[in-house]
Amino acid sequence: MNSSPAPLVTFDGVSLGYGDFTVLSGIDLRAMPGQVVAMMGGSGSGKTTLLRAMTGQLRAQAGKIHVFGQDMAKLDGEPLRAVRQRMGVLFQSGALFTDLNVFENVAFPLREHTHISEQQILERVLDKLQAVGLRHAAHLRISEISGGMARRVALARAIVLEPELILYDEPFAGLDPISLGITAQLIRTLTDQLGCASILITHDVAESFAIVDRVYLIGQGRLIAQGTPAELSASQDDYLQQFLQGRPDGPIGFHYPLTPAFERWLASRRAA
Amino acid sequence: MSRLANRIAALGHGFASWITGLGAFARLFSAILARSSVVLRRPGLVSQQVHFIGNHSLLIIGVSGLFVGFVLGLQGYYTLNRYGSEEALGLLVALSLTRELGPVVTALLFAGRAGTSLTAEIGLMKAGEQIAAMEVMAVDPLRRVLAPRFWGGVIAMPILAAVFSMVGILGGWFVGVILIGIDPGAFWSQMQGGVDVIDDVLNGVIKSLVFGIVVTLIALYQGWTARPTPEGVSRATTRTVVSGALAVLGLDFLLTALMFAH
Repeated sequence: MNSSPAPLVTFDGVSLGYGDFTVLSGIDLRAMPGQVVAMMGGSGSGKTTLLRAMTGQLRAQAGKIHVFGQDMAKLDGEPLRAVRQRMGVLFQSGALFTDLNVFENVAFPLREHTHISEQQILERVLDKLQAVGLRHAAHLRISEISGGMARRVALARAIVLEPELILYDEPFAGLDPISLGITAQLIRTLTDQLGCASILITHDVAESFAIVDRVYLIGQGRLIAQGTPAELSASQDDYLQQFLQGRPDGPIGFHYPLTPAFERWLASRRAA
Repeated sequence: MSRLANRIAALGHGFASWITGLGAFARLFSAILARSSVVLRRPGLVSQQVHFIGNHSLLIIGVSGLFVGFVLGLQGYYTLNRYGSEEALGLLVALSLTRELGPVVTALLFAGRAGTSLTAEIGLMKAGEQIAAMEVMAVDPLRRVLAPRFWGGVIAMPILAAVFSMVGILGGWFVGVILIGIDPGAFWSQMQGGVDVIDDVLNGVIKSLVFGIVVTLIALYQGWTARPTPEGVSRATTRTVVSGALAVLGLDFLLTALMFAH
């Protein structure tokens, strides 16, 4: 055994896509314990696709993905479940169970995967809800809470088992400035306390640069840049600077690219 | 010629996809059965579903049973009176309900009331990424969501059918004895003497069990395979009622024929 800890997630030359269509290719990345890593990129750049590959919902078209040192291409059934039990995932939509109330949603992973007493469940769930500021909303139904609250409940559910790896899909979307700042700090503190790795998918530059150790920027179907926030801010790369500063003109086009399929559709509309 | 060929091809395609659907249906059934140990390990999940599926159907089942009983009382009296044997009204009402109307009408109402809500619930869980979230949390949705709902439906159906028959008999009694004035002693004793526990009551229970399995499974299958969009869920809900009702009526004929055979 060497002294440096093993990475929890590694991607080596990974290509990802759906069917014949490739979204991303040549992706190399790692996430170490205790690190907060941000995956950034514009809308539709394939950030969520990356996350789906980490959870084993999507298999790599090429390359190798290892999570907890296990080859994700070979995992299925029980071993895949064992890997998934060690990770927490915050979905973009929250994906809360609408037949359960706030408390039961956060308690769900505890009930499914542990045998702790009802009293301990109560304490732990209220503790996590406290961390996201919703302790006093525990009794509410999912239909009674706002979108921002739902995302914070989903966050509490993702961390309730204190996993070794936490994946956050757009943790800052739909949050007001106060919740946003607190959530960002929560992600940092959790990572430091648990010694877990946190991977967040975001396009919120200011908020994430304040808390992350490493940034991977994807776009145009590949990995464009990586480094610490300071390294990226200092870079002279056009693409990078346009993204970080949110400038309308530069190598990143705002408009969806023209395709033959669109031209055919338009021609048929005009002919009609 | 080519239009005819196209028609034949479409027919073949329709048949092939029907067979494929039947296969997927059977696979879902076996997958749920294989995960049914959850029923014993966490009975709370099932009793919750019995409550949800059963209690919420109780009102419509009770009211429908009462009116079916009223009508049976009136129509039965009309026929029996011609032969001067209106005392047999109790027997006629009880046999019609326990053997036939109880299980069948309950199953049809169950498909419309509980079946549709099961389908919509599962379909919307898929649309809201809840099923995917569960899988990523290393929880098997077939075990956690589908199996308890399946057993909840299977347990609730015979109970609902029994409630239906009971309320129906009371409806028949009300019309026959209270309104028309048939002798209550004859009404009840004819029923007691003529209804066989095995041949009539048990066969009715078997029917309602089979309907419970089939209707609940159809509802779950439709939700599970629904496209995760508002349109997909609404279509799946409609299919639950249509195929559930057809399956109940078709199976009822088969079961009745089998039970008459011996």
